[in-house]
Amino acid sequence: MELLLDSLFNGVAIGSVLLVAALGLAIVFGLMGVINLAHGELMMLGAYTTYVTQLIFKLPVLKPYYNAYVIVSIFFAFIVSGVVGILLEKTVIRKLYGSPLETLLATWGVSLILQQFVRSVPLAYGTGLVISLIIGLFLPTVFPLKVKESIYFKYVKFSSWIFAALAGVLSGSLISSSVSKLSRASARNVDVTAPAWMRGQVEILGTAFPKTRLMIIIITLISVVSITLFLNQSAWGMRIRAVTQNREMSDCLGISTEKVDVLTFGIGSGLAGVAGVAVSLLGSVGPNVGGNYIVGCFMVVVLGGVGNLLGTILASFGIGIMTDLIGAGRLLSIWPEMPLPISNTINFFATTSMARVMIFALIVIFLQFKPTGLFPQKGRMVES
Amino acid sequence: MEFKNLKLSKKTTLFIWVIIIAFIIAAPSILPVFRLNLLGRYLSLAIVALGVDLIWGFTGLLSLGQGIFFALGGYCAAMYLQITSSSEFPNNIPEFFGLYGVDNLPFFWEPFRSPIFSLFAIWVIPALVAGMLGFLVFRNRIKGVYFSILTQAALLVFFNFFNGQQKLINGTNGLKTDVTVLYGQMVGSESMQRMFFWITALLVIAAWFFSKWVVKGRFGNILIGIRDDEPRVRFTGYNPVLFKTIIFSIAGGLAGISGALYTVQSGIVSPQFMTVPFSIEMVIWVAVGGRGTLLGAILGAVFINYAKSLVSEALPASWMFIQGGLFILVVTALPEGVLGWIQGEGPRNMLQRFGLKRKIETYPSLEIKNKTEGLKNE
Repeated sequence: MELLLDSLFNGVAIGSVLLVAALGLAIVFGLMGVINLAHGELMMLGAYTTYVTQLIFKLPVLKPYYNAYVIVSIFFAFIVSGVVGILLEKTVIRKLYGSPLETLLATWGVSLILQQFVRSVPLAYGTGLVISLIIGLFLPTVFPLKVKESIYFKYVKFSSWIFAALAGVLSGSLISSSVSKLSRASARNVDVTAPAWMRGQVEILGTAFPKTRLMIIIITLISVVSITLFLNQSAWGMRIRAVTQNREMSDCLGISTEKVDVLTFGIGSGLAGVAGVAVSLLGSVGPNVGGNYIVGCFMVVVLGGVGNLLGTILASFGIGIMTDLIGAGRLLSIWPEMPLPISNTINFFATTSMARVMIFALIVIFLQFKPTGLFPQKGRMVES
Repeated sequence: MEFKNLKLSKKTTLFIWVIIIAFIIAAPSILPVFRLNLLGRYLSLAIVALGVDLIWGFTGLLSLGQGIFFALGGYCAAMYLQITSSSEFPNNIPEFFGLYGVDNLPFFWEPFRSPIFSLFAIWVIPALVAGMLGFLVFRNRIKGVYFSILTQAALLVFFNFFNGQQKLINGTNGLKTDVTVLYGQMVGSESMQRMFFWITALLVIAAWFFSKWVVKGRFGNILIGIRDDEPRVRFTGYNPVLFKTIIFSIAGGLAGISGALYTVQSGIVSPQFMTVPFSIEMVIWVAVGGRGTLLGAILGAVFINYAKSLVSEALPASWMFIQGGLFILVVTALPEGVLGWIQGEGPRNMLQRFGLKRKIETYPSLEIKNKTEGLKNE
């Protein structure tokens, strides 16, 4: 029983990282049909945001609130990745709707640029750049409608970008002068240390669980619940669902599909940032940290069926529990007297990397029976 | 997903080929050995690019897993070389087995003692693996991006497998070939490398003729039909699964040959050949050169890799930016690639934009008629 509980918890922990990472991808891919290979790099940005937030909270001014930095960094990560995602949508992806293979290649290019950006630009100035992006994108929207509709609004927009650039340079140099660790570019991995209240273990039903894992499960839970509420209860959520179902009709009914696209992509990217916080709690953070998760995320989306959150949840927990069962060789301890050939096979696959091999084989076998995943979209098209 | 089927005029193709062949003939005498070796490697990459062009440019299947077949071909070649030059090591088996305490050769190494088997294995094994993988995927009408994602996942699986099996194939260290001996000569020696260069150059040309032959005629028409509208092909009575499987295994076989040639020229095969970035790079060579042009794939592979080595020597950090920019640029601005751009309206549009060579076609239909008549007269 204890063993089963342990296995279940480990599986859920692995699955919840997958889930929070795949959630944003499921939204972007499922609702917009965009293959975002830069999703892993948006996660990486979220992880680096956690690192930067941690160092800023070590400054004397903010030292008393140091314990809260993880929670603050969740919001920061959401905003940073979301804004980068919005910029990506506005510059590249907008031109490529309807041709998923092209988005795949273009976003791969974006991911290369983001990786190298983190390597060769000091994090302080990177933060400054993100701050100026946030200001530049959002400052023009706060003006009253009268200003927005005037013909001089483009000058307002232009000057707000200048203001944003100034603010970015200022904040960048401020951070680089006050936090010396952020003032130099380095390709080395960095470490996020959890605050004291998150270290150690909790005992539930006689088994010890690490607190960071619990924190990740909580982050995942909050993300899933809030995104479900947003999509199903809010006005914008309804617009997003409407555009997903029938773009032309929604456009005719007065929904700004352009705004919906930006919003959807922004939220999907923001969720990648949140996943980045979770990932940063698990191990060291480097430019390649996102690449380790991206394929797993896509497998979750394919297995769960496109555009279905329940499928995504089930698929990620399923993959998580299977990874734990196979990778840790737990089947052996559950059933010790199995015949030798089977136990040899299980031992052969009882490492993390070989578990991936096995999981992939299982997914391909599964897709032989249900080619469109657990919960396929219903339709009568020839193509679908 | 619709784009023009690009056709180069005979003259342009001939012209480019004359340049390429002249360059290949001149290369060994004008290039230093190091550069010659690099050129040989990039020419071998052109073969895998041809395969990518066959499946992506002509059939519309974007595979992100060509690295699997590339590496399999490389491993087949390296296993043969290792085993033929293992007589001086204990137990008559390759040296690295001693490090892990393995005394008996694993069973799947045995057939590689035979040179003829190995020569076939280099392309048959990757083609078979590709055919099997392709059949399982295509049978369920999994296509488009799902196919791409599955091939990428398969790539990761193979990477994990090869990376983890120290006792079977030396895991993450890979198999070295440059210190092995073939027909009494070191594979890494200068004369051998020159010979490999010639073999590669010949095989590139052979692979080009082969690909040309494949896409010509009814088979090629069906491939293009699958790319442009698969359901219609199916309703016409053809079975797309068969054609897709065949073309995917052909591409796999080409990738295997390419991998073997690359391995003997770079001196090592390792799981690094199966990393995700390398396989996506193969796609960008084709995209930059011009998909659906075959020649574009060869040029793209050679030139981009040469640019890569030159840029990384001068400014190591900047190549990632350039490469990333190239991906975005080619997709948004040059969807038909450089060759497609030159063949199409590209140069004229650009000249017009700069105010040169302005030509207004008032009656396009008449213009086209004149052109066709002109062709007939020729």
